[in-house]
Amino acid sequence: MTTTHAEPVHGGLAHEPEKATAEGRNKVLAFWLFLGGEAVLFGTLFATFLALRNQTNEGPAANDLFHLPLVAAATFLLLVSSLTSVFAIQAMHRNRPKLLRNWLLVTVMLGLGFLGLEIYEFSQYVRHEEFGMTTSAFSSAFYTLVGFHGAHVAFGILWISLLIGQLGYKGLTVVTAPKLYISAMYWHFIDVVWVFIFTVVYLLGKVG
Amino acid sequence: MDWITTVDHKKIAILYLWAGGLFFGIGGIEALLIRWQLIKPMNDFVDAQTFNELITMHGTTMIFLGVMPIIFALMNAVIPLQIGARDVAFPFLNALGFWTFLFGGLLLNLSWMMGGAPDAGWTSYTPLSGTAYSGTHGVDFYTIGLQIAGLGTLIGGINFLATIITMRAPGMSFMRMPMFAWTTFITSAIILFAFPAITVGLVLLTFDRILGANFFVPGGGGSPVLWQHIFWIFGHPEVYILILPAFGIISEVIPTFARKRLFGYSSMVFATILIAFLGFMVWAHHMFTTGLSPVANALFAVSTMLIAVPTGIKIFNWLFTLWGGSVRFATPNLFASGFIPTFTMGGVTGVMLASAPADFQFHDTYFVVAHFHYVIVGGLVMGLFAGLHYWWPKMFGRMLSETLGKWTFWTFIIGFHLTFFVQHFLGLMGMQRRVFTYLPNQHFDTLNLVSTIGAGLMGAGMLVFLANVWITSRKPPDAGGDPWEDGRTLEWSIPSPSPEYNFKQTPLVRGLDAFWKEKTAGNKGMTPAEPIGSIHMPSATPLPFVMAVGIFIAGLGFMFSRDDFSSALVSFLFNNYVVTGLGLLITFGAMLVRSLYDDHGWHIEPEELEGR
Ligand code: HEM
Ligand SMILES: [Cu+2]
Repeated sequence: MTTTHAEPVHGGLAHEPEKATAEGRNKVLAFWLFLGGEAVLFGTLFATFLALRNQTNEGPAANDLFHLPLVAAATFLLLVSSLTSVFAIQAMHRNRPKLLRNWLLVTVMLGLGFLGLEIYEFSQYVRHEEFGMTTSAFSSAFYTLVGFHGAHVAFGILWISLLIGQLGYKGLTVVTAPKLYISAMYWHFIDVVWVFIFTVVYLLGKVG
Repeated sequence: MDWITTVDHKKIAILYLWAGGLFFGIGGIEALLIRWQLIKPMNDFVDAQTFNELITMHGTTMIFLGVMPIIFALMNAVIPLQIGARDVAFPFLNALGFWTFLFGGLLLNLSWMMGGAPDAGWTSYTPLSGTAYSGTHGVDFYTIGLQIAGLGTLIGGINFLATIITMRAPGMSFMRMPMFAWTTFITSAIILFAFPAITVGLVLLTFDRILGANFFVPGGGGSPVLWQHIFWIFGHPEVYILILPAFGIISEVIPTFARKRLFGYSSMVFATILIAFLGFMVWAHHMFTTGLSPVANALFAVSTMLIAVPTGIKIFNWLFTLWGGSVRFATPNLFASGFIPTFTMGGVTGVMLASAPADFQFHDTYFVVAHFHYVIVGGLVMGLFAGLHYWWPKMFGRMLSETLGKWTFWTFIIGFHLTFFVQHFLGLMGMQRRVFTYLPNQHFDTLNLVSTIGAGLMGAGMLVFLANVWITSRKPPDAGGDPWEDGRTLEWSIPSPSPEYNFKQTPLVRGLDAFWKEKTAGNKGMTPAEPIGSIHMPSATPLPFVMAVGIFIAGLGFMFSRDDFSSALVSFLFNNYVVTGLGLLITFGAMLVRSLYDDHGWHIEPEELEGR
């Protein structure tokens, strides 16, 4: 279309720079759609997990494995990171690129913390509990569901880090703003999925 | 080179057409080999293993690599034009979707040369598709090849959704949108919600086979029936992904050649939405015999039969459109009219199959084979033929020969009914599906011979079509903007083939069948909604191609990650995921390049537009 490409807007950025161009609006819309597909993806993984969660094949069961304090700490880190990404987008809307960058950095650090805890958790299971991918249907379902989420977190960290780099290099423009905005959408989505994992996998595993 | 870097939806359409056509041809040859094996009892043309590979690859290829891409070809060629847009929402992603589909399909077909094709049926039921029963790499090619190809489909679906939501010309409200655009919209929505399910299914099966997971392995606590649920919750909507676009095509072709507006437009829209919705609720009708509860069977039987209602509405609307119109039977309309009774017959056997008690008799017999070929070939492939003949002039600027078109139609439809009509009876008499041969004197002999002869005739029809394409391509372009003279929708208001910017000025839409409306008002063309101005175009780029190559390499690497090779170096590279990593690096590298260099595109200036 005639005006889809963009240059930095001089004398102040549009109030919602992510929606200032047709391309930006398309991106946001398509990303909502994409998240719809992701919801089906995780829905299928959850259904699989629920179907197989008691099929322990004489290996460890949820109750023997999970340490809620560790998982709670991971949950806390991820929830806070969602909050900091909100702060980042607010900074973007106020056209404060430095503040934006700093909040994104905090988000990434928190994400890394979460990922570290998860890797520690998995390695404990594998090393001390003899609970690996091949142990049982339950273990396969557990590692696949939680691991898929972890892979999403890792991808998000990589993505946002690259965007931080791009922000430094190109500044906050109507081209970079939609990318930052959808990465924040993605991050919230991951967070919501984790809330379900925390409930369905860990809490239910401890009590059910 | 042009073709590798293009992001123009009209060129991508042609790429989809050639690639889909190629795979369709391969699938067709596989079908003929299957039929040749079954021409007489106790035939030993191929052995049982090869037969299993043939039916698996035939079904998989036809559905995922043959007809779906041809559907995508028509959507790409037509949708932006029909809604009055200069482009799709994401030209880059459009190209990426094509290339991932192509490389996924290539990977799948490499299996023939690399130690055996997949052999567990196109449904890959577990535990048959597990390593215990399928020890070659065949099924790995299936899981990973389809995964990559499926990625392309998903990308395409999201792109069409965004395009239709945001890129419609001024005045083109949803209820003024042509039916093909509507069915594309709904189909894309089904893709978005169905494909992630099979994505997960394929991942789980891959993990079972390559990482030793236990999802579907009963010995490890897994559940084979779980695979069926995941497969069919994708698989049933998939058949609507295939048939709804055909419905859309028929709804375009019939009004054009009956010179009447589509009867019951809004009920057509509503029926389409309803079919899509119900399509997600009925998957377990494929599983009546797996031992779900009688209550579950009853519920799924009833919900399946409900789909007959909106489908019936569509059939009657087409008939009412033809009724009293001044009907012209040009080739597209021949196919469209042939579609109606053929598809209806497939629908009737569908309702029969939906009756759970009866399905215990029909299940896994040739009755099922007859049913789904009536729907997929008699319905969808006929629809595609109608669409191809109809839009060929728009895509290539040349009219296909009417004489040869009629020959195609008659050989194809006669061959089709010969092939598949008799299979109903074979099935009722008890001939099982997916068996590589049968004993003599069970009353199967003659009917199988007839079926094979019919298949040959269909093959002949395809050859006539190819000849038509070949002959036509050697003639100079001869199609005007509105070559059927009764075009109703926007694509006919611009030259054939359309210029790369589609519309010089975005048109103003003033009603349903926008172009027809202007013509009846005495106008020559559409009223523009904007002054002539400079047009922004996206630039060509090889990155989508490179990204798909990377994914392809990563897939191969992962597949062989547990193998021993005679060369220690090769073993090292595969077993340590070096090859996989390299592939991913290529893909992510291309993504990085894409994000570092802003692609501002280029402009076509008004003087240039006027010069043409
Ligand atoms: C020349 C036309 C065709 C002929 C002669 C033909 C013939 C056959 C035969 C003999 C089978 C094996 C049935 C069995 O033993 O289960 C089969 C299976 C199948 N065909 Fe076709 N076919 C044709 C076209 C198509 C087309 C165009 C499609 C899809 C668009 C298609 C989709 C399938 C599927 C999904 C299966 C099931 C494979 C399986 O059982 O795993 N066929 N076909
Ligand atoms: Cu079905």
